[in-house]
Amino acid sequence: MASRKPFRWHIGVFLAPAVLVYTAIMIIPLFGTLNLSLYNLEGQNRIFVGLANFATLFGDPRWSDAFWNALWNNCWFFLVHMAIQNPIGILLAALLSSPRLRMAAFYRTAIFIPTILSFVIVGFVWKLILSPIWGIAPGMLDAVGLKSLFAPWLGREEYALTTLALISVWQFVGIPMMLIYAALLSIPDDVIEAAEMDGLTGLSQFWKIKLPLILPSIGIISILTFVGNFNAFDLIYVSQGALAGPDFSTDILGTFLYRTFFGFQLQLGDPHMGATIATAMFAIILVGVCLYLFGIQTRLRRYQF
Amino acid sequence: MAKTRSHAGRSIAAHAILITYTLIALFPVFVIVINSFKSRRAIFAEPLMPPLPGNWDLVGYQTVLKQGDFFLYFQNSMIVTVASLFFVLLFGAMAAFALSEYRFRGNLLMGLYLALGIMIPIRLGTVAILEMMVSAGLVNTLTALILVYTAQGLPLAVFILSEFMRSVSDDLKNAGRIDGLSEYRIFFTLVLPLVRPAMATVAVFTMIPIWNDLWFPLILAPSEGTKTITLGSQVFIGQFVTNWNAVLAALSLAIVPVLVLYLIFSRQLIRGITAGAVK
Repeated sequence: MASRKPFRWHIGVFLAPAVLVYTAIMIIPLFGTLNLSLYNLEGQNRIFVGLANFATLFGDPRWSDAFWNALWNNCWFFLVHMAIQNPIGILLAALLSSPRLRMAAFYRTAIFIPTILSFVIVGFVWKLILSPIWGIAPGMLDAVGLKSLFAPWLGREEYALTTLALISVWQFVGIPMMLIYAALLSIPDDVIEAAEMDGLTGLSQFWKIKLPLILPSIGIISILTFVGNFNAFDLIYVSQGALAGPDFSTDILGTFLYRTFFGFQLQLGDPHMGATIATAMFAIILVGVCLYLFGIQTRLRRYQF
Repeated sequence: MAKTRSHAGRSIAAHAILITYTLIALFPVFVIVINSFKSRRAIFAEPLMPPLPGNWDLVGYQTVLKQGDFFLYFQNSMIVTVASLFFVLLFGAMAAFALSEYRFRGNLLMGLYLALGIMIPIRLGTVAILEMMVSAGLVNTLTALILVYTAQGLPLAVFILSEFMRSVSDDLKNAGRIDGLSEYRIFFTLVLPLVRPAMATVAVFTMIPIWNDLWFPLILAPSEGTKTITLGSQVFIGQFVTNWNAVLAALSLAIVPVLVLYLIFSRQLIRGITAGAVK
């Protein structure tokens, strides 16, 4: 097509600003960080140490215990999202997309509202509600006669992480809902009508017709959840502080990175170990994304209408 | 007959589930807002009562407005969000147009390169970003935040907008070319107005994380003059942790702006998503 055209400058002009900003602020620092993990301070000088930082991270029990703890907590955080957030999102989207449902726009808008709130607000609201002192939660449980079930969930090691994961689910359920809702709306009416002709309605229609058609969207949501969760920091920081208490039971990779990089209380910040942790997170996310892209996405059947 | 009844039953069940979930979603926000208008005693004694003449008290708002630099924080957040949004939309749309409109060598590769940022979070580069900003003298400036958020928003913007721009009719653009419009005029006067719903979708998805971000303001711009409202309210809560009136009022004030923006955009949002942004 463009065999003998002059050089098309306008393509460069259109691409340049985005590519420049993106490369300078995102790609170069990303590789800068990966590179920094290979260095350490010797006195005042930055010297190349190869993989010694990784040896410290995985070999020195003071570091490796914290790392595996954070990684395991992060996995649990992710599992709670996958097991609760995404099914609820799909359920809500399926209900919303049913034709002739009144007030669908209202429900959609209202259910998405927590997603737009900042972590500062979300963390604090739930702390207030679950607080044993102010105690809206104990009061409400008391009203239905279940007061004995109440515990200071955010303050107990065995519940704190799950509670925070559920708060995060509460906040972000709007995203899977919106994406699945959009996917459901884009299923053509003829497909649904054909299913109805064959006697498929209601639940069986959902399982046999709609669900296979929205599987690619569910895949995208899963990978977005994965990346979001392994990059999470704010909610834990806001509600439990950088120490991710009680006793590091809510420590995830994001808070671990922050503490290492900036230091806290008596420990000094260490940019090189911070970069090492960031590199480990990068590797984890990369492995997850690649598993998804090559293992799952290529096997999903896509339907063109 | 039986069929209608089962249909009505199902519809009631659907409404019941949706109403329940809507209550769960809105309840915490509701609790904050009603209590921010009440006196300290009423907040503790009856947290679930709506504000009534008996317990009405604006002392929280007075404390916040007198004490904090809330207007400054708010202004900072506004500047950062609006400027980043502007650059993300402009640069993103330009790049998306180049990728979707022209065939050139490296097109696919460039698309993949830009899409990489959707999967890899920019936060992982924080250590090097901070060093870069320090050496550029941009620490504690809003410029640093705007640059970072522009880079952060671009990948998704390019991805969504290029999907959309593929659907703009070629005939229209070719008619423009025959009329002698330059490629720039075609982009700005023909294509941009047609992808407005997609721009709104991108705007919402870009705006929310920027407005709510705590990580980069905390690291790049924590000084008093450059605090964003998210960081400002976090610090404020830390200082006034026992002054419940003030904390609740601060939280209410932080909810309002983003809520208003969301309600303005929400109609466009669903249209943008359903028109094929995420297939």
